[in-house]
Amino acid sequence: MSVQQETKIQAGKPKSNAKFLKRLNAFKAWLYLLPALVFLGIFMVYPLIDVLVYSFEEGYNSASQTSFGTGWFNYAYVLHDPYFLQAVKNTFIIVIITVPLSTLLALLISLALNSIKKLKEVFQTIFFLPYVTNTLAVGLVFMIMFKKTPYTDGLINMILAIFKTGPIDFIDGPYWAKMFVMCFYTIWVVLPFKVLILTSALASVDEVYYKAAKIDGTSRFRMFTHITLPMISPMIFYLVITGFIGAFKAYSDEVAIFGTNLNSAGMNTIVGYVYDMLYGDSGGYPSYAAAAALILFAIVFTITVVNLLISKKTSIR
Amino acid sequence: MSDYDQISKKARTARIVRKTVTYSLLVLWGIIVLFPFYWMILSSIKSYGSYNAEFTPKFITTEPTMQNYIDAFTKVNLGRYFLNTIVFTVVTTALMMLVIVFAAFAFSRLQFRGKNLVFTLFLSLMMIPSELVIITNFVTITNWGLRNTFTGLILPSVTSVFYIYLLKENFEQIPDDLYKAAKVDGTSDMKYLFKVMVPICSPTIVTVVILKVIECWNAYVWPRLITDDPKYFLVSNGISEIRENGFGRENIPAMMAAVVVISIPLIVLFLIFHKKIMAGVSRGGTKG
Amino acid sequence: MKIRFEGLTKRFPNRNKKIKSEVVAVDNFSFEIPDGKLVGLLGPSGCGKSTALNLICGLETPTEGKIFFDDDDVTDLPAENRGVGMVFQSYALYPHLTVKKNIMFPLQNLKGEQKMTKEQMEAKALEAAKIVQIEELMDRKPNEMSGGQQQRVAIARALVKMPRVLLLDEPLSNLDARLRIQTREEIKRIQNTTKITTIFVTHDQEEAMSISDLIVVMKDGAVHQIGKPQEVYDSPVNLFVAKFLGTPPINVFTGRIKDGKLLIGEDTILGKDYVKDTKDQEVFIGIRPEGFLLREDKEKNGKLDGKNGVFHADLLAIEVMGRDTSVVFSHGSSEIEGTRLRAIVSSDNQIDPESKTVAFDVNPKKVFVFSKETQERLL
Repeated sequence: MSVQQETKIQAGKPKSNAKFLKRLNAFKAWLYLLPALVFLGIFMVYPLIDVLVYSFEEGYNSASQTSFGTGWFNYAYVLHDPYFLQAVKNTFIIVIITVPLSTLLALLISLALNSIKKLKEVFQTIFFLPYVTNTLAVGLVFMIMFKKTPYTDGLINMILAIFKTGPIDFIDGPYWAKMFVMCFYTIWVVLPFKVLILTSALASVDEVYYKAAKIDGTSRFRMFTHITLPMISPMIFYLVITGFIGAFKAYSDEVAIFGTNLNSAGMNTIVGYVYDMLYGDSGGYPSYAAAAALILFAIVFTITVVNLLISKKTSIR
Repeated sequence: MSDYDQISKKARTARIVRKTVTYSLLVLWGIIVLFPFYWMILSSIKSYGSYNAEFTPKFITTEPTMQNYIDAFTKVNLGRYFLNTIVFTVVTTALMMLVIVFAAFAFSRLQFRGKNLVFTLFLSLMMIPSELVIITNFVTITNWGLRNTFTGLILPSVTSVFYIYLLKENFEQIPDDLYKAAKVDGTSDMKYLFKVMVPICSPTIVTVVILKVIECWNAYVWPRLITDDPKYFLVSNGISEIRENGFGRENIPAMMAAVVVISIPLIVLFLIFHKKIMAGVSRGGTKG
Repeated sequence: MKIRFEGLTKRFPNRNKKIKSEVVAVDNFSFEIPDGKLVGLLGPSGCGKSTALNLICGLETPTEGKIFFDDDDVTDLPAENRGVGMVFQSYALYPHLTVKKNIMFPLQNLKGEQKMTKEQMEAKALEAAKIVQIEELMDRKPNEMSGGQQQRVAIARALVKMPRVLLLDEPLSNLDARLRIQTREEIKRIQNTTKITTIFVTHDQEEAMSISDLIVVMKDGAVHQIGKPQEVYDSPVNLFVAKFLGTPPINVFTGRIKDGKLLIGEDTILGKDYVKDTKDQEVFIGIRPEGFLLREDKEKNGKLDGKNGVFHADLLAIEVMGRDTSVVFSHGSSEIEGTRLRAIVSSDNQIDPESKTVAFDVNPKKVFVFSKETQERLL
């Protein structure tokens, strides 16, 4: 008690001191935040505004940094660019094929994983391996396995030959073949994450529900549809939504298989188009890139909102 | 009675069938996952001559050679790409950890006006796809004359709103009393942060570090935009470069050797920390 | 329906993989559970009673031995074909389904001739709900109900398909003390109305004693005693059973039989009339709390029978509990040194709390003598 009093007296006027301390603390807090604020400001907030500006600046010249007006021209240009339309088509095909297929496949694999005890961890570890590998590197391996050259038909064609089909050039051949490789590789790449999430979702369903259902003579199919699915449905929706977003942004997997010149391979994606407009052989048009990126953002945003609405509706039911 | 016997027997066969189907499915997918890895290692130890002589690819090789690995390091600048990536990964991760630990600390423990507003703004930034901001960042870095520099490579990726959020949530679970006790003992904020909070939250910190390392090691888009001088290529760009211009005519075994070399660090990391990595990714990872 | 076990054994590999040995969860069960009775499977946690339940319902298969429902061998029969109803400790109500849908769930599984229309199912569900008195809650979801209500729903779901056996795994453990007493009477009532052979598992001896027609006392996978609750309480076969039943627990002393008399320390507890034909040896002596009769009291009433000796102990405390008085004392010969022992006497007794010692007579019926080596009952 007496010590406290002493220090108070020494500290002088306690009231203004407290105020000062509070200010000092607030100042310190901002100091801690400063690095994050600076980086986010320069590399996230400012670009966000800037990209909108770019998309409406007509005839922007990146060398002289001048433009001759504002308007919807950039959007119009992008929407009439056959490369962009091809990219949109490719992206949509990839999304529509890989999202449902990879989710289903992941569900199947997770169910299998969850029903075994022996070797479960080994399988889990193996299945997760693609997540930690460099997409570009493994993509090259896929390319080589699928590619048909004058010297060899490649591994996949060798297998196809057993079934008396082929040979097909998956890398430089018909569109559907290229798309097949693309979707196959995409699924190979995205599956680890989905399997991981679904396996832990399945494992978190209390065993006792299955025991109860089993005693009541519930068939395995009914257990799945009436117990498992409703209980893991939030996770499935999460995966579908993130899957949609991820698939719409497909790009590096395409580069991995078909190389950097995606337009000539006819396998470009929307994101690829954005980057091509920005930089590279056809680059130097940040305005077109901005318009394309905003169109992509609008598409992804709409689909996410629709997904969320559906998930809300089903979960209420 | 025989009814019961029959039902019992049926159930047993059904179980065996189910087990078989389950394991077959798992093994099949396991092969699909592992085969590309096998194929890349196999191709990397075939000599250039023997690889190109195989019209029908062989599943084993009788004369393994390390020549491709030597080529990978001598004929193209793989060593350089490798080193660049290590520098990039280490510096980016370290800087980001500092930035996000400070920010998370400010949000979780310090009191200041406008905290909630700033945090809400932070969270809303999570929805912004990187594709949208990369355009301006490209222009910014170019204008600053930072193309083909490590600074230009690193700067835009040293913050992550999501990781700040993850860490802040974790920091907040540490009881307030600990902070008060430290204050009573005269511990400075900085000391408290690094001696108490960071050690307690080390599992989350490790998770974030691992995720960031994976992200950095596989970074492709930004490095591609910002570097065109092979001296600053990271492994992903290096692979792209090797594919298009390296090794002369289609030296696939050497390419595969390069691929093996750049895949190994993460795979080794994964095999050592697979439990941690998988737990971390299921908490905070998104891909696909 | 009666249930019979023949040499039923279940062994698990040890959880600690370094130890090669196996854990015997159920050890050579051979007994019969009569039709239409409420049977309590009682034992300390980890004694294998839940495994026993899982074997009966078919969630696990035995390592050895057989299970019969009436005369049918159901040992290898899958759970769904056994016609058992089970109430789980955590109730296992499907959280996304309403009470009605939860109760109807088993009926929707029926196939072939047994298949029911929706109306039939709803009628059945209502019937089951009425038995457990939850018919007004049919449209709620499980998480909108109290623990006791969830429990009833779980019972209704187990009953709705008219099982041949009803199994309850620790049915009261998730309820608070008041609800527990209420619910155990409820279980008794439901069993009485349905007459379904019911087996429930519990570690709480009071719970088992209060409602069971028959209790099975288990330890380490083995059955120690089977009988009506009162019988088991009044004549335990070994020290474990004696200790496990009864609150407050039985008081155990080390003592000896010498010259046909039973002694604790220097005090003769039972005289020659009781200790017949038993050779002199060291023994454990268990005396139920209600087996002590205050000496002063008896002297006053002139009821002292003199055949048995006096038991002297150090008085520690008097706890008044209304109807009874609990006399807390210690004794140098208690099995575990320093145990606070307890006698329950009528609250009419006046004991001087200041007194250092206390003297009792003992009721011979409440005294059990166990072999020191085997811990089996001698007297």
